[in-house]
Amino acid sequence: MELVSKPYARAFTEFAKARPEVLCVTADLTSSCEVDGFRDNYPDQYYSMGMAEQNMMSVCGGLAMEGYRPFIHTFAVFLYRRPFDQLVCSVAYSNRKVRLMGFLPGITTPGGITHQAIEDIAVLRSVPNMTILETGDATEVESVLEVADAVEGPVYVRVLRGQVPRLFSEPFRFNRLRELSKGDDLVVLSAGITTEEAMRATAALKKAGMGITHLHASTLKPFDSETLLDAVSNARHGIITLENHTIIGGLGSIAAELMAEHGTGKKLIRLGLKDTFAHGASRPYLMKKYGLDALALVKAAETLTGKETGLSEEDLLAVRLDEVHSENKAEAL
Amino acid sequence: MWQNEVKKVADGIRKRVFEHTIKNNGGYLSQTCSSADFLATLYVKTLNLGPGIAPAIPLPFGGVPSATNSDSFTGAGYHGEATPDRDRFIISPAHYALVIYATLVEVGRMDPAGMEHFNKDGGSVEMIGAEHSPGMEVTNGSLAQTLSMAIGVAIARKRRNHTGRVWVFCSDGELQEGQTWESFALMNHLGLNNIAIIYDVNKQQCDGAMSSVQELGPTAEKMKAFGAHVEDIDGHDIEAVAAAAEIRPENGPLVILANTSPFEGMDFLKKRFPRLHYVRFKTAEEAEELEKAIRCQLYGTN
Repeated sequence: MELVSKPYARAFTEFAKARPEVLCVTADLTSSCEVDGFRDNYPDQYYSMGMAEQNMMSVCGGLAMEGYRPFIHTFAVFLYRRPFDQLVCSVAYSNRKVRLMGFLPGITTPGGITHQAIEDIAVLRSVPNMTILETGDATEVESVLEVADAVEGPVYVRVLRGQVPRLFSEPFRFNRLRELSKGDDLVVLSAGITTEEAMRATAALKKAGMGITHLHASTLKPFDSETLLDAVSNARHGIITLENHTIIGGLGSIAAELMAEHGTGKKLIRLGLKDTFAHGASRPYLMKKYGLDALALVKAAETLTGKETGLSEEDLLAVRLDEVHSENKAEAL
Repeated sequence: MWQNEVKKVADGIRKRVFEHTIKNNGGYLSQTCSSADFLATLYVKTLNLGPGIAPAIPLPFGGVPSATNSDSFTGAGYHGEATPDRDRFIISPAHYALVIYATLVEVGRMDPAGMEHFNKDGGSVEMIGAEHSPGMEVTNGSLAQTLSMAIGVAIARKRRNHTGRVWVFCSDGELQEGQTWESFALMNHLGLNNIAIIYDVNKQQCDGAMSSVQELGPTAEKMKAFGAHVEDIDGHDIEAVAAAAEIRPENGPLVILANTSPFEGMDFLKKRFPRLHYVRFKTAEEAEELEKAIRCQLYGTN
């Protein structure tokens, strides 16, 4: 699988340099969010607002009032936890075009609870006027900027950084589920980094004779309910959701709400953080520990269908390991 | 003489809020007493605002802003069209809404009938104003966010070489919010000098005297340390307010600390101290006593 180095850094520079109304805003995590190169080359379009997220959020609300489109770059946690009131009152209520670029979604960081955005989708999905996007590969990281910037209101984006696998050849399409495989036993719905894991599992499950419709979600709010409901209605056994987030309020809840409202009457298994915080450790370790990996999906598929596959960890593709200290990251976080 | 006009407007603000309070069995009287003189000075003498472009009688609430609601609006039009050379006047303390509405009436930017919409269901003349309320431009009720938003406006205007200033009216209770000091740090970092902030330093907040809630310490010194040009003046001295407002610092914001009294022009309110945030009446006798005393002071009659 192709690994792309820092796709965001290149994509943002190409995107922003052609758009004078786009402003790059940071709060002391400039290189950590891969916009240090943009800062150095386009200083007039860049603002450092200090490690002061509440003020930054409201200032960006003011910039958006005047027709600028600020792209705030920081870790995802610092976009919705500390400045939540500012996000609601200075940005979301007024439907201002502030673009919130959230890095280190979920357990993609060994930074622990303070750095792991595990309830961001749940929190932000409940805020009116918000649009929520999540990138799952290098192609989506490269193509999400234009999609986000076309939204008539505030947008929150879960962004991947560093070495990012390329899974897709087609660019990000707004509010359109990607169908990665088709089969009539069950639906797998994944998003973000869990899609790579799910692809590993579904390939093995298909070989073991299961028919799987694998859907990848990159727009979480709004949601392509039609595609999901069609797939679930046609699935013999039901659906498994796999998310890099708590199972409360995120992808699994989105599926549950839609299925219940439309009376699909199919079973649902939600994989993700099961109402627990995580802690500081490597991504593969945490994905395994909290059941967000390929093996967890295989086990869930067996539970849902009542069929033993005999698949073991070794049967799944080798887990991709990131070097903790990499040239692609500003620090070990 | 602008001084006569300012005095007339300030007197009108006090009378209008007083009459409204008596009629509605409650109102924001202390905020009126503290801010009427400097607000009148700003509107009459200082601010470079265009003629109002909003309906003289405020429209009903147009619905919350969204990508699909084309009927939502802000109250900024009462301050005229936003043009490069004009000032903007952005209101932070949403609980001063009644004072702002009364001021807009006194300076001819809103029809007196608009006051009848105050706190009426379905209207835009809300009790705690928001961006759709007359004179308001941002959703300001969560205090200390407005200054930050105004900084965003000021940065944007600087990028576009606008000559007009961004004026912000804040209450001193907001100085307790950490966000205020984040704002000052950023203005200092950017050397932002197209923004001017006037604080109503009446030393009162919802729970009572600020000294009993949380002592602020030396505000002027702290702001100066953050690179602001601070004018620490008597907020009822309209000459002093007008003179301070003329200052255009080369670097950093202009801050006017308007030291005021929450009883100015309504001595009877001293009896209510420290419960001044919202004046309401528990008994008819109480209302009568207050009305008689303040009416006497405002109109010079019984």
